[in-house]
Amino acid sequence: MTKMKVGIIGSGNIGTDLMLKLQQTDVLELTAMIGIDPESDGLKRAKELGYKTFDNGIEGFMEQPELADILFDATSAKAHAYHSKVLRDVGKKVLDLTPAAIGPFVVPPVNLGEHMDEKNINMITCGGQATIPVVKAVSNICTVEYAEIVATISSKSAGPGTRANIDEFTETTSRGIEEIGGAKKGKAIIILNPAEPPILMRDTVYCLVEGAAMDEKAVKQSIQDMVAAVQQYVPGYRMRTEPIIDGNKVTVFLEVEGAGDYLPKYSGNLDIMTSSAVKVAEEMAKHQLKQKV
Amino acid sequence: MAEQDVIITEVALRDGSHAIGHQFTVDQVVQLSKALDDANVPYIEVAHGDGLAGSSLQYGLSKTDEMALIEAAASVCNNAKIAVLLLPGIGTVQELKQAANIGAEMARVATHVTEADVSSQHIAMAKDLGMETVGFLMMAHMAPVKKLVEQAKLMESYGADTVYVVDSAGALLPHEVKARIRALRENLQINIGFHGHNNLSLAMANTLAAIEEGATRIDGSVRCLGAGAGNTQTEVLVSVLDRLGIKTGIDLYKMMDLSEDIAAQILQKPQEITKDSLVLGYAGVYSSFLLHAQKAAKQFGVDSRDILIELGKRRVVGGQEDMIVDVAAEIVKKNTAVM
Repeated sequence: MTKMKVGIIGSGNIGTDLMLKLQQTDVLELTAMIGIDPESDGLKRAKELGYKTFDNGIEGFMEQPELADILFDATSAKAHAYHSKVLRDVGKKVLDLTPAAIGPFVVPPVNLGEHMDEKNINMITCGGQATIPVVKAVSNICTVEYAEIVATISSKSAGPGTRANIDEFTETTSRGIEEIGGAKKGKAIIILNPAEPPILMRDTVYCLVEGAAMDEKAVKQSIQDMVAAVQQYVPGYRMRTEPIIDGNKVTVFLEVEGAGDYLPKYSGNLDIMTSSAVKVAEEMAKHQLKQKV
Repeated sequence: MAEQDVIITEVALRDGSHAIGHQFTVDQVVQLSKALDDANVPYIEVAHGDGLAGSSLQYGLSKTDEMALIEAAASVCNNAKIAVLLLPGIGTVQELKQAANIGAEMARVATHVTEADVSSQHIAMAKDLGMETVGFLMMAHMAPVKKLVEQAKLMESYGADTVYVVDSAGALLPHEVKARIRALRENLQINIGFHGHNNLSLAMANTLAAIEEGATRIDGSVRCLGAGAGNTQTEVLVSVLDRLGIKTGIDLYKMMDLSEDIAAQILQKPQEITKDSLVLGYAGVYSSFLLHAQKAAKQFGVDSRDILIELGKRRVVGGQEDMIVDVAAEIVKKNTAVM
């Protein structure tokens, strides 16, 4: 089978986890790892694994742009703004794992199909990837007046970027709950928990639906189907209990255990980002290869 | 303003929000703020119990938009300054700007005791807005002194004018408060503050221990109108400090009167140390969990103390109210399995 060539920008934890995940897919072929720190673990490992590595950032890659057609950007919002422009000029597709939010938001089981031909796709936030599917599952059955999500992650899995810009998490996730999840109003809360051993990522989703009579069975079924769809690409994604329905309020407790590729299993928040991005790239690759035939 | 050795912040209109399920009305806030201002209380904190934007299904929806409460309080105060609380991860700089616009002059930016670095953005913004700025290190009993000092220094480096040791669970013992305040005093240049809860009946003792070690900013809630068993009772603190010759500038009689005539009327029942609030302090659990745990206990038919003790064991932090229902459901499951 023909594979689509992909590259990773950013040789930190996220980039390295992406690299290990990309070894397991059969529609994507990782060719290049682009970083700026030759001493980084990510670049060293990439070299050992036989990938082309660049330690002079995007400029290095631009000398051999034929290496990849889709790039994962796991750097920072600021760096991404520049990468996006440079890569757009040479017709590359970019999956943005930073909070830059230049391209449209995508959550694979919710709206991936709508953005197959986009040049730049934003992966929202970890909390968004974990909770928006559930909001969408409820809004597929009833009108969601208000959805609120609470993401609790272990302190160890929150990097300096997240910490310095924690408002971006709440603002971007709230927007995603409305735009992609279909809630009329969205709210997001993030909590860091320093307990040792580190806790798994936990997410609670609350939805207030319109009207008094909710088809409880249909809502529960819709949520279960959606959770199963996410499990297809994030095996450690699960509900902790059955959805709780109380009047017009639906509450869902979720837990995300990482695959433990490069990042430890407790950092399900990072795993769901890399897994979702790989899923998007796979679908894009299939879509593009089909068009070529 | 009268001479002050210790500067008091009255937190009933923020911490007290927890005690009454976030049901403050503009009328109550106006009455209490006016009286506090008249009694010469220098700072009055007004916000949802969980800070700006805390109104939520997770913590409880506010009956009245907190911005309306803040604006109302600011409009009736002549000397007292309005403070707001902000927990990064819940509120953002947007709400902080809004609050500053309608009269808030002090920003208290709160993080879990080990997570100070999420506050840099908000402390910097508060300074830019010209607000006096406080770093609020919550659940201070959960970290060793060395860690607390390191985190307080971060807040100092972001520009905080004051750093508070916040005993959110009312779990600290007087010697632990002393060690914490002393270490901060030795390592920081800025003001040190203390915020207590009375779950173990130690709020006053802890506050005095903090003042002895050099804390100059102290929180109190009149009539103990605060989460759990309430905070250090402001009017009692003012009396005790007066006996000790420590000046607060607050009019004692007026304070007693407003406690009796206004605060007592707001409380749905008198504040006392019930078995549940006692367990908050004993197990080291965030004081605002009280009403949520009682509700879950009822809903699931389990002992609220079992829920709180389990939450303490799991080292749950402030804001994790969703864990209460989760733990209650697990206790039911375990009990059923045993049968």
